[in-house]
Amino acid sequence: MDTFLMFVKAFLVGGGICLIGQIIINFTHLTNGKILVLFLIAGAILEGLGVYGKLVEFAGAGASVPISGFGSALVKGAIKSAKQDGVYGALTGGLATCATGVSIAIVSGYLVAVLFRPRTKKK
Amino acid sequence: MDVNREITRENYKAYVFEKMPKSSHWKNMFWAFLIGGIICAIGQGFIELYSLWFNLQDASILASGTLVFIAAMLTGFGVYDCIGRFAGAGSTIPITGFSNAVVSPALEFRVEGYVYGVGAKMFLVAGPVIVNGVTISVIIALISLIIGG
Amino acid sequence: MDFYKKRTLTFTNSNILEGYTVAGPKENDGRYKGFFDFALEDDMFAQNTFERAERKMFEHAIEGVIAKANLKENDIDTVISGDLLNQIVSASFASRKIHAGFLGIYNACATFVESLILGSAMLNNGLENVVCASGSHFSTAERQYRYPLELGVLRSPVTQWTATGVGATVLSNKSDAKVPKITRATIGRVVDYGIMDTNNMGAAMAPSTMSTLVTFFKDTGTTPEEYDVIYTGDLGKLGSEILRDLMKQEGYDISDRQHDCGGSLYWDEQQTYQGGSGAACTALLFNAVLLGRLRRGEYKKILLAGTGALMSPTTSFQGDSIPAITHLVEVTA
Repeated sequence: MDTFLMFVKAFLVGGGICLIGQIIINFTHLTNGKILVLFLIAGAILEGLGVYGKLVEFAGAGASVPISGFGSALVKGAIKSAKQDGVYGALTGGLATCATGVSIAIVSGYLVAVLFRPRTKKK
Repeated sequence: MDVNREITRENYKAYVFEKMPKSSHWKNMFWAFLIGGIICAIGQGFIELYSLWFNLQDASILASGTLVFIAAMLTGFGVYDCIGRFAGAGSTIPITGFSNAVVSPALEFRVEGYVYGVGAKMFLVAGPVIVNGVTISVIIALISLIIGG
Repeated sequence: MDFYKKRTLTFTNSNILEGYTVAGPKENDGRYKGFFDFALEDDMFAQNTFERAERKMFEHAIEGVIAKANLKENDIDTVISGDLLNQIVSASFASRKIHAGFLGIYNACATFVESLILGSAMLNNGLENVVCASGSHFSTAERQYRYPLELGVLRSPVTQWTATGVGATVLSNKSDAKVPKITRATIGRVVDYGIMDTNNMGAAMAPSTMSTLVTFFKDTGTTPEEYDVIYTGDLGKLGSEILRDLMKQEGYDISDRQHDCGGSLYWDEQQTYQGGSGAACTALLFNAVLLGRLRRGEYKKILLAGTGALMSPTTSFQGDSIPAITHLVEVTA
C-alpha cells in the first residue's frame, strides 16, 4: 500500500511541476533551454532554503525526476561536501553527485549519434 | 479589434496579439500534467526496483540515469519529439527532456563530424543547464559555508 | 504611407517559357498533389545529408527546366537563384555544374520574385534566356532557424512549416508561341513594424506586403479588381488576414481575390498550423499551378507578391525585431 501511495504522490507532484512549467510557457512563450534553466535554478534555490529536500522525501521521483530535482541534487551535494572539505568541497561536491546522470546523458548521446540518423518530420 | 480604430506602426503589436490564434491552454496543461506525471511515476518504479539492491539515494540517481538512457533511445528512434509535440513542458521538464536536449543536437550535427559536430554541438540546448546548475550550486554551497560557519 | 515614390518597372519582352518544380513528399501529399514535375519519395534524395539533398534539388530543377523548354545549356545566359541557407550554399553549389553565369541572391522567401524581376530587367538589356530558381528544404531550414529535428517542443499555433522544394523558370526575350509575360514589377522596400516573435513571420511580413501592393496600385493607377487573383508568398492564414485589414485601411479591398502560396500548399490535416513558408512556396506554386492556369486562359492577369522575413538567428538572439520585404510582379497571360 505504501508503495502504491508513493506512485500516486510521484505522479501528482511530478505532473504538478510540469503543469506549472506549462502554465509559464503558455503565458511567456519561453523557449526550451530557458524553461530548463529556470526550473533548475528554482530547484537549486529551494534546496538551498531546505525546502526541496522535504519534497523529495515526500514525493520521491515526483520531485527528483523533474530538472528542478537535478538542481537540488547539485546543491545538496555541494553543501554536503562543503561541510566536510570547505571551499574545496563546495567546488567538487555538486558535479560529483550528478556525475552519473550527466555521464549517462553524454555517453548515450554519443551512442545514439553513432547508431541513428535524424528523421524528417511528418508533422 | 475595433474595426474603426486605425492600425498604426505603434499599435501594430497589440493588434497582432489580439488577432493571433491562442494555444488551447487547457489541452496543453492537461497533457503536460499527464505525461509529466507518468514519467515521474515510471521513475518511481525504477526507484522501487533499485531499492531492492541499493540505498535510497543511489537508487534515485540510478533511476534518473535509466530514464536518461531510455529518453536517449526514444530520441534516436524519433519518438521523443512526437511526445513533445503535444506534451510540452510534460516532456521538457523531467530529466528525460534534458536527455532529449543533449541527444537531439548530437544526432543532428553528426554530419559535421565527431569532434566539431557531435562533440561541440551536443550541449547546444542543454549546455546552459550544466553551466547555470554548477555555478549556482557552488554559490549556494559557499553561502551555506559562510552562514553555517 | 510615410513617403511615396514611384518604384514600378515595365517590361515588354519578358516571356515565361517554362516552369519546372521539384517538391518534397509532404508537399506532394498536399493540396497540389500531382501538379509537380518531380516529387521526392524521400527528402534525402539519395544523399547523405539534407544540405546535399537541397543542392541536388536545385541541380535537378535547373536542368529540368532547361530541358522542358527545349533549350540547351549553352542557350542560357545566366542563372539567378537563391535559397535560405547561410551563404546561399545550395544555389551556388548547384551552379557549379551549370555552364552559365550565376547570380546568387537572397531576400529570404521573396527570393523567387526578386529573381523574376532581375531576370526580366536583364532581358530588357540584351540577354536572351535567363533561369530563375529558388527553393528551400524543411530539415536544413529547421536546423538553421529553429531546433534540431529530434528535439521535442510544443509548436506555437502561429508557426509555419518550411516547404521542401525547388521551382525554376526560364525567361526569354523572344517566344514563337504566345506565352505568359511578366509585364510590370514593383521592387519592395524593407519595412519593420517591430514584431519580435520569430514564429509569427506572417505578422512581421504583412505590413511590407501592404506597402508594396499600395505602391504598385498607385504607380500604375490600377485597382485590385483588374486582377483575377493576387497571390502572396508565405504570409500564412494569420498574415493574410492582417494584410486584408491593412489594405482595407488604405482603401483597397482584396479579400475576395487574395490567396497565399504557403497557406494553400497543405491540407489542414497536415498540421502545419499557418501553412507553408520558405523560399520554395512561391516558386512551387507559381511554376506548378499558376503558370498552367495562365496558359489555359483561366487567369488573364495576376499579381504575385513574394514575401520575405529578413531576420537571422543571430539578430533574433540579440533581441532585434524582424524586418520584412515584399517584391511584386504582374503576370499577363
